[in-house]
Amino acid sequence: MPKDHGIGASNKRREDIRFLTGTGNYTDDINIHGQAYVYFLRSDVAHGKINSIDTAAAAAMPGVVRIFTGADFEGIGGLPCGWQVTDKHGEPMKEPPHPVLAQGKVRHVGDPIAAVVADSLDQARDAAEAIELDIEELPAVVDMKAAVQEGSALVHDDIGTNLCYDWGFVEENKGAVEEAFSKAAHVTTLELRNNRLVANPMEPRVAVGDFNRASGDSTLYTTSQNPHVIRLLMGAFVLGIPEHKLRVVAPDVGGGFGTKIFHYAEEAFCTFAAKQLNRAVKWTSSRSEAFMSDAHGRDHVTKIQLALDADNNFTALRTETYANMGAYLSTFAPSVPTWLHGTLMAGNYKTPLIYVNVKAVFTNTVPVDAYRGAGRPEATFQLERVIDKAARELGVDPVELRRQNFITEFPYATPVAVEYDTGDYHATMDKLVEIADFAGFEARRKDSEAKGKLRGLGVNCYIEACGIAPSNLVGQLGARAGLYESATVRVNATGGVVVMTGSHSHGQGHETSFPQVISEMIGIPEDQVEIVHGDTARSPMGMGTYGSRSLAVGGSAMVRAAEKIINKAKKIAAHLMEASEGDIELKDGAFSVAGTDKSVAWGEVCLAAYVPHNYPLEDIEPGLEETAFYDPSNFTYPSGAYCCEVEVDPETGKVTIESFAATDDFGNIVNPMIVDGQVHGGIGQGIGQALLENCAYDENGQLLSASYMDYAMPRASDVPFYKVDHSCQTPCTHNPLGVKGCGEAGAIGSPPAVVNAVIDALHSGGHKVEHIDMPVSPSRVWAAMNG
Amino acid sequence: MAKISMKVNGRDVSGEVEGRTLLVQFLRDQLGLTGTHVGCDTSQCGACTVQVDGKQVKSCTMFAAEAEGAEVSTIEGEAAQDGTLSAIQAAFQEHHGLQCGFCTPGMVMAAKSLLEVNPKPTEAEVRHHLEGNICRCTGYHNIVKAIMAASGQDVGAIAAE
Repeated sequence: MPKDHGIGASNKRREDIRFLTGTGNYTDDINIHGQAYVYFLRSDVAHGKINSIDTAAAAAMPGVVRIFTGADFEGIGGLPCGWQVTDKHGEPMKEPPHPVLAQGKVRHVGDPIAAVVADSLDQARDAAEAIELDIEELPAVVDMKAAVQEGSALVHDDIGTNLCYDWGFVEENKGAVEEAFSKAAHVTTLELRNNRLVANPMEPRVAVGDFNRASGDSTLYTTSQNPHVIRLLMGAFVLGIPEHKLRVVAPDVGGGFGTKIFHYAEEAFCTFAAKQLNRAVKWTSSRSEAFMSDAHGRDHVTKIQLALDADNNFTALRTETYANMGAYLSTFAPSVPTWLHGTLMAGNYKTPLIYVNVKAVFTNTVPVDAYRGAGRPEATFQLERVIDKAARELGVDPVELRRQNFITEFPYATPVAVEYDTGDYHATMDKLVEIADFAGFEARRKDSEAKGKLRGLGVNCYIEACGIAPSNLVGQLGARAGLYESATVRVNATGGVVVMTGSHSHGQGHETSFPQVISEMIGIPEDQVEIVHGDTARSPMGMGTYGSRSLAVGGSAMVRAAEKIINKAKKIAAHLMEASEGDIELKDGAFSVAGTDKSVAWGEVCLAAYVPHNYPLEDIEPGLEETAFYDPSNFTYPSGAYCCEVEVDPETGKVTIESFAATDDFGNIVNPMIVDGQVHGGIGQGIGQALLENCAYDENGQLLSASYMDYAMPRASDVPFYKVDHSCQTPCTHNPLGVKGCGEAGAIGSPPAVVNAVIDALHSGGHKVEHIDMPVSPSRVWAAMNG
Repeated sequence: MAKISMKVNGRDVSGEVEGRTLLVQFLRDQLGLTGTHVGCDTSQCGACTVQVDGKQVKSCTMFAAEAEGAEVSTIEGEAAQDGTLSAIQAAFQEHHGLQCGFCTPGMVMAAKSLLEVNPKPTEAEVRHHLEGNICRCTGYHNIVKAIMAASGQDVGAIAAE
């Protein structure tokens, strides 16, 4: 019988009511009396020298309040990078400045040059057309490998190179890895590209800056996954506003997928301009602007090699990756191809020796940063593709080759610096074999062949590192922030609970799932618990939501605060019942004295805390409110096995997803319905990456895919119903909930399954195709079959 | 500027608009009906889907002035006065057919238009009808399931776990 409340219940989401009735409060729904609107004039060339910007005619246009250019931001900080990577020689990465508005040069299509503030958006847009620009176009740097050759044009002249860093991991292992390759019985090599993607949350970014002259307080309403981080970065590094004079609010946010983690120029501009003009300033991104200003994702070019011994055991792995940083370092960009990628290269396998080299390269393209999975999809894709290729070369079953090399004993210290606490990779694979009906595949293949189609089955495993992570560890790795999470649990006099969390919900359903945890702990109904998030004025300093960390880190902080509440409440209950504190038990919303029939209700204890007439005032303070900051001792390591079946039309090369099955081990699960939904969404995005999506630049750095006419988003008819299973559960050993995180798994685990299935289908038709780069479009498949 | 009048969710409304003002801008900026969303600028995403004279329309594709005299239905008019959700809205909640909620008003309005002309659509018909509505969160699984459930079909057999 499924649970109907508390941990493990598929509670319906309370936030749905406002979203379903059109009464959500997204940032673009916020309008401040007297607000002005800003339109950003953006570069239409990839690389150019700004000779002059003449705003005189534009400034005289109707409704124009003021036009800002880079000159207005001289002496003001640029957008900071939050992670410093040290290269293989021990040198810090190259870190060029990132001005709010372009200064001297434009470096990518979409780089903001001028900001026109006017009474209406139409007036601002009209005036922007009257700005006279003299920009001398320079050769664009687009191809990463060409960018690091001698004589390449430079994105940033003063650093003298386009190489941000050349990272080796673990550098000390390099010699041993080389030696293992020299002794290998078999080496499989694969070169591939992990295609550049655009996260595309359906809500475009919005920023509304406001300023109160009487108090001197600035407020920014913004579409962010982490308002406290924006307050810190923008206040401390860009605008010089202390935290107590700056409030950042991220209300209902329409999806993030990573791209709303980062601090963007438009946020700083609206906050700055509101103070300058003493008037609220609003910016709403158009979708076209989003394509050229939201941080992009992925864009790796990789060569991976796997060494095996004569018994098909993996003996060593080495990879060389070029990772595109774009024109500037976005907030967490340097960490993605390194610490979120290199550390995952062991995957689910006991490969003893691994060496990862990453060259991060500046190009005249939009900055690239974390997108759902962030580094882990890139690691998983190359690893699971090269294993499939090795199995084919060796003539062994790809599932058996994986099983043979699975890690089976935990905790397991990988050769790439992380320690997996729990997992059971055979269990998720066994479950996959069952739910994907491997046994019936040959019959389905025959059915497809009878229709003139090729059918393929692709499998892969994945491991990810979530719940990022211990602050002392990430500090050693170059993070310029802590990665704890916070929660304040406030119990009101009549027993209701308000949790103010530093986590942020932008689709994840925290308002529903977090109360389930409190309900389980205290034994009160979920509707007695309210979740507050997304406002720096209301929640303690928090690090926000990304890396599938909300429940594992934010939920753990909430548990710690609730434990403090319960401990204090037990003291009060003991006093009220004249019993010993050690004998007090809390169950189903009532405190009782063990071995007696004495009890007091939760509400009575809460009331006593706020009306302390009969209260141990000499021992404890009145009130019932506690705050906890939780800093995990390790990452969490969700894992799973995915299977995709495709049909390929040999006439056209079109690939159709016939079925998709996913088994994930997320440890304990608070709301199974929400977890299923997270996996569905991740798989949808993974199928999008594998078959449809591609952010394309031409050789001049022109963005070719800047609208939904050109960037192929997955639609309902591109995907099937998914089979997902989360019954394999090895709880995390180091957080109080035993949870691992589920937000990114689908996007990490699905692309290799799709491509493996396509390659399998082509081989079944006699086409010896070893690899097709994503997106596996009909033209690419057809070319591979007929090449 | 031109004066326009129309009926929105059963109420007579009017306002002054420029020729270039889109219906969605009129709904959001002048009427404060912010449930209708703007997710793109090429009429691809469907977040702004409403009904005009009973037909499914992307309100970013139509000038406000073109809706002169029309009857417009938006997401705000879907639930009953007492807050009871419509069958489609209730099915979306029951089957977790929404996550961030941004595409949801458009999805609900598109589903309403589908079920009005095709009360028992197949899975393929639902997916085809949603061609003009993009969701980035759900992978469509629970949206399709919710719409089929709202049409009274048994969705218990659809793989969930």
